[in-house]
Amino acid sequence: MAASQSDFRAALLDPDRPVPDGLTDGDGNPTTRRFSVYRNNVTVALIDAMRTGFPVLAKLLGDQNFDQLARLFARAHPPASPLMMHYGEALPAFLDGFEPLAHIGYLSDVAQLELAVRQSYHAADSTPLDAARLGAVAPDVLMRTRLRLAPAVQFLSSRWPIVDIWRYNMENGAQKPRGIAQSVLITRTEFDPERHAISDAQFAWLSAILADATLEEAGDAATEMDPEFDLGPLLTLLIQHNALTDMITPKE
Amino acid sequence: MLDATLTPPRLPSAPGVGYKAQHFTELRADPGPVKWLEIHAENYMGDGGRPHAQLGALRDDFAISVHGVGLSIGGEGRLDPDHLARLQHLVGWLEPASFSEHLAWSTHGAEFLDDLLPLPYTDATLTRVADHIDEVQEALGRRMLLENPSSYLAFAESTWSETDFLAELVRRTGCGLLLDVNNVFISATNLGYTPQSYLDAYPLSAVGEIHIGGHDEDEDDHGAPLLIDSHGREAAEPVWALLDHALAGTGPAPVLVEWDNDVPDWPTLRAEADRAAAALATINAG
Repeated sequence: MAASQSDFRAALLDPDRPVPDGLTDGDGNPTTRRFSVYRNNVTVALIDAMRTGFPVLAKLLGDQNFDQLARLFARAHPPASPLMMHYGEALPAFLDGFEPLAHIGYLSDVAQLELAVRQSYHAADSTPLDAARLGAVAPDVLMRTRLRLAPAVQFLSSRWPIVDIWRYNMENGAQKPRGIAQSVLITRTEFDPERHAISDAQFAWLSAILADATLEEAGDAATEMDPEFDLGPLLTLLIQHNALTDMITPKE
Repeated sequence: MLDATLTPPRLPSAPGVGYKAQHFTELRADPGPVKWLEIHAENYMGDGGRPHAQLGALRDDFAISVHGVGLSIGGEGRLDPDHLARLQHLVGWLEPASFSEHLAWSTHGAEFLDDLLPLPYTDATLTRVADHIDEVQEALGRRMLLENPSSYLAFAESTWSETDFLAELVRRTGCGLLLDVNNVFISATNLGYTPQSYLDAYPLSAVGEIHIGGHDEDEDDHGAPLLIDSHGREAAEPVWALLDHALAGTGPAPVLVEWDNDVPDWPTLRAEADRAAAALATINAG
């Protein structure tokens, strides 16, 4: 019997399956141990890729627990393409349904943050908007202007202090995570993604801008979350970190 | 069969190294004998950022070889058109001196298994692999090089030797070969023949590039030595001897040092490139 690639693949990721038929050593003797080399190679490669892609999760769980999680995840969700830089997209949802770690509620959000950072790292380059152009727009026109975010910009909301958790695990001397919800904005001034904690109102403003709202509409969305919302600090941050690429003024 | 009038750009017959981002600064300051770099195609298929910026800078100083690990040329299914398009895009932008892939499969259905998996050598697989090579060469508008795998096992159904299989692929498609001498040593040890007999049967005139790298040692079910292709250390002494043997047959050729796991500091990797340079110097002097 010849081993098809389907048999081979099925046995690769499931150690309980028998080794496919028709595999031999150099003398034509059947072999099991030799098939295990491929089993081991695939598993180790996928676990390594997960460790590289989710360094904060690996630190939070410790190597042994993380490897166990990665092994189970890899069996259930092998990569969907050869672009390993995107591997693990299904991990947040997998963690949401993963009973053994359900007591650590923030793992899924941390995984999402790590995926967003990787996406930002590999996103297309862009030319930043010249702030002087924005400053030259008359106030009434400005309210009807739309802004374009750089491809490397990402933002997400969490009911956990994910920015604090990230810093505490990755930066020396960072303070312990506080018991608060944090949203996070990711920018990439040049090549390295930066994480900024943002308020719910700032998150609402960014979501509106991404959905092609005017500055007036985005301001309304933010003010609904926080009547004291002040766009100034967020706009400064976006400009300083090359997070805006263009502005679209209304046609008249 | 590829149009023979498409003369491919060539890698220099000098040492190259597998490029690692952590060596970016030191490599440029102190390249030693290194004249070219090999990159894994899939690592540069993002949309931008540092990987592309580094490559843009490196291509000014080094010839570049694009080495794919994800096309699954030995796969039972058709080539993934999306992946081929990504490769076309990368090669179009970078205009590398060479493109190479493996005699192996790595994709099944919609899954990528992140390893180079073996295939039996039969008339049916020969036709399929040749069709895949034709498709790649047509899409990229250039000749590609095909690398011999590291084998840990054999298939009872195989009717071709690996060397005859490769020679027939060269004849049918016009592709060139990437001879990995570490893989030859590993396969020969694991399957019980001598690496010299493999080289004697191998179509050396089709070689466009040579790989050398490190392996690990293990044992099979019966206590026989089982070598594992790890790319995680210096190449072993018998593999350097095999490089000399191969170069005696090919003449001067581009020689790449592969070190992908437990990547060392730049001086350690450079020392391996120095050793490859010495092997090439012997051939040039002879």
